Amino acid sequence: MHSSDWLQLAIYMAALLAITKPMGLYLMQVLDANGRTWLDPVIRPFERLTYRVMGVDRTREHGWKQYTFAMLLFSLVSCVFTYAILRLQHLLPLNPQGLGPLSPDLAFNTAVSFTTNTNWQSYGGEGTMSYLSQMVALTIHNFASAATGIAIAAALVRAIARNSMATLGNFWVDLVRTTYYLLLPLCLVFAVVLVSQGMIQNFNGYTKAKLTEPYTIQVPKLDDKGQPVTTNAPVLVQAPKLDAAGKPVLANGVAVMLDVPKLDEKGQPMTTNLPVMVDQVVDEQVIAQGPMASQVAIKMLGTNGGGFTNANAAHPFENPTPLSNFLQMLSIFAIGSGLTYYLGRMTKNQAHGWSVWGAMMAMFLAGVLVCWWAEARGNSIHQALGLVATDGNMEGKEVRFGIFNSSLFAAITTAASCGAVNAMHDSFTAIGGLVPLFNIELGEVVVGGVGAGLYGMLVFVVLAVFIAGLMVGRTPEYLGKKIGAYEVKMAMLALLVLTLSILGFSAWALVSQWGLAGLNNAGPHGLSEILYAFSSATGNNGSAFAGLTANTPWYNVTLGLAMLIGRFLMIVPIMALAGSLVRKKISPPSAGTFPVSGGTFILLLVGTVLLIGALNFLPALALGPVVEHFLTAQGKLF
Amino acid sequence: MKTFLSELRGAVMVTLALAVVTCGLYPLAVWGIAQVAFRDKANGSLIVEHGVLRGSRLIAQAFIGEKYFHPRPSAAGANGYDATSSGGSNFGPTSQKLNDAIKDRIATYRTENGLKEGTPVPADAVTASASGLDPHISPANAELQIARVAKARNLPVAKVRELVAANTATADFSIFGDAGVNVLELNLTLDRL
Repeated sequence: MHSSDWLQLAIYMAALLAITKPMGLYLMQVLDANGRTWLDPVIRPFERLTYRVMGVDRTREHGWKQYTFAMLLFSLVSCVFTYAILRLQHLLPLNPQGLGPLSPDLAFNTAVSFTTNTNWQSYGGEGTMSYLSQMVALTIHNFASAATGIAIAAALVRAIARNSMATLGNFWVDLVRTTYYLLLPLCLVFAVVLVSQGMIQNFNGYTKAKLTEPYTIQVPKLDDKGQPVTTNAPVLVQAPKLDAAGKPVLANGVAVMLDVPKLDEKGQPMTTNLPVMVDQVVDEQVIAQGPMASQVAIKMLGTNGGGFTNANAAHPFENPTPLSNFLQMLSIFAIGSGLTYYLGRMTKNQAHGWSVWGAMMAMFLAGVLVCWWAEARGNSIHQALGLVATDGNMEGKEVRFGIFNSSLFAAITTAASCGAVNAMHDSFTAIGGLVPLFNIELGEVVVGGVGAGLYGMLVFVVLAVFIAGLMVGRTPEYLGKKIGAYEVKMAMLALLVLTLSILGFSAWALVSQWGLAGLNNAGPHGLSEILYAFSSATGNNGSAFAGLTANTPWYNVTLGLAMLIGRFLMIVPIMALAGSLVRKKISPPSAGTFPVSGGTFILLLVGTVLLIGALNFLPALALGPVVEHFLTAQGKLF
Repeated sequence: MKTFLSELRGAVMVTLALAVVTCGLYPLAVWGIAQVAFRDKANGSLIVEHGVLRGSRLIAQAFIGEKYFHPRPSAAGANGYDATSSGGSNFGPTSQKLNDAIKDRIATYRTENGLKEGTPVPADAVTASASGLDPHISPANAELQIARVAKARNLPVAKVRELVAANTATADFSIFGDAGVNVLELNLTLDRL
């Protein structure tokens, strides 16, 4: 934990603080149907045109049911759109590698994954997806799912801010304005900056480079039909040599052994089926190319996280320099952080907005420090083999990022529901890997996904004021609105659905053949891999303990369901909560009102989040990363 | 029913509108600007020598000979350094396979570079990177390989050390990230001598 790393952390926090207010003020204009921005002269005509082809009256507002219905319908239509492209990519243009169609389960998983802002990658980017699939089928959701999340957050904030009203805004207007005025302009600038750092943006076919030093590898020999050739040698086992009478032959009192063919159950001799290997000289390197920067910019700003390449933001093209890494980390939190300012501004209680931000940052920094400490400390098993101990745990990390920037990225990408990775979480130390996992399981309310983080956190705020109300024996109030049984029920429903999905699916996978077949690691780390997968899917995060082979029909379907549950079964109760809150009268604060700003509130809010997270997930975590930590210390291997 | 149809129309049309704008106009605009302003970078920072493409400055290649600096171990693709199949080993902290691999790599590294038994080996030299294409090694790792390369090429150690320094990317603005030595560029520089 070097001093230069502390400086980088300080700069990151300062930069985040600095952009929060400007972002919040800009959001005020974007999320107001009559808002004004300096981009109006360019974008306004396109916005109007879009409403016209959609047949939308931008002045008409929706109640909670209509708003939710529009959101669900849009998600369904755009999900089907993506599924169709993935299944038909071999017939569509922009496929220079001639990649085939995705299987139905993989296409379902991927379409759901991007629709729900999860961007879980069951597919391997550069080997599965044509440029068209990347550019259209996936990128559209990077924008749309981000805009949808922001729209839902805006609707909930309006519900809190409005006094005795019935409507929450117009979903179509929120969707279009967020995409056109917020995401597109930011991404355009950001993508160009990323290219300046070395990120690629082209439509070239994959490039072939001539190696300086050709080398030889062993590959399976293929026959004329392209099928692997296998050995056909008989399998031999040792058996005692028998004499004519059927008695074992002894030499010096020991049975003489013979090699005999091994027989299978039917009494037939068994043969080995090993592939025949032949030498192949590798003298070129094929380098994947593509329109990457435009997709990466939105994958970060929209907290989507789906990588253009399999290695995601660890790939040198996808994150070429430490500076590009810093900007990507900042962009993950940018909009979510600005939304807390938007909350304060809308509710005319800026101290409340900053207090929510403060609670998020307290939990975020705790996670960063623990993860960083664990990774810098390294793995004692490997150090005993003769590694430089101060280098920390470098397995699955890149030199240009080092321990600190890999740990910081891991904490950010899981605090937000981004899911991009610049290091392989699967290879983190036990405690270093626990932090991203726990971050996701807390509900990704530490800044969180764009929009999703804020509406998730507001659910906890409702619970926190409810608990505070119970403690002092008064009717709970949130910013002048009375919190009743209905609101608390909806809040609890939104939270319990997540827990049920994560723990339920994990438990199922852990006792099933299909679940255990995908494991890359044995022992407690295997449990962590499965737990991480369903946490990530339900939390709409998308990062992974990537060793798990999840591209199987069982995993693709169960993970797809977990993503749908985590997204939509959470949003519906939250919208019901919004529908109830918006109708309530705002009563002026009295002497007994629990203040929703300041240290006590932050403490109570953090306490509520941690308490619910801990109660739900500590038992599972104890069996995974915690046990693994102690086994690592003892040098136990699996 | 009427509301449903009008909402459905909205959903379908906005999907198409977003497809045109965010998937057509936007990436093409970025492509246009990138190809004009940062042509080399946008096409993969390729190294071309005498009309032959030698690789990308950002992508690691395999080097095993004693006259070359060696990159980090790679788990990309079946045989490593596969720039169409990036990724890490994904072995966890208590993995037997990872433990065995690191043990072997440490032994090989010490033998290759003439290090005494028990010399601590830089972690990056014996662990697989996240992408499998990490173009860099740590300066400490490069330092331990200098003597071997200098001997194999009959060059003064000081000269090789100078080239290592010239191919080291320091932290951006001296603040962000960690320093790294670009292995491919360094090896190509050595070959040009």
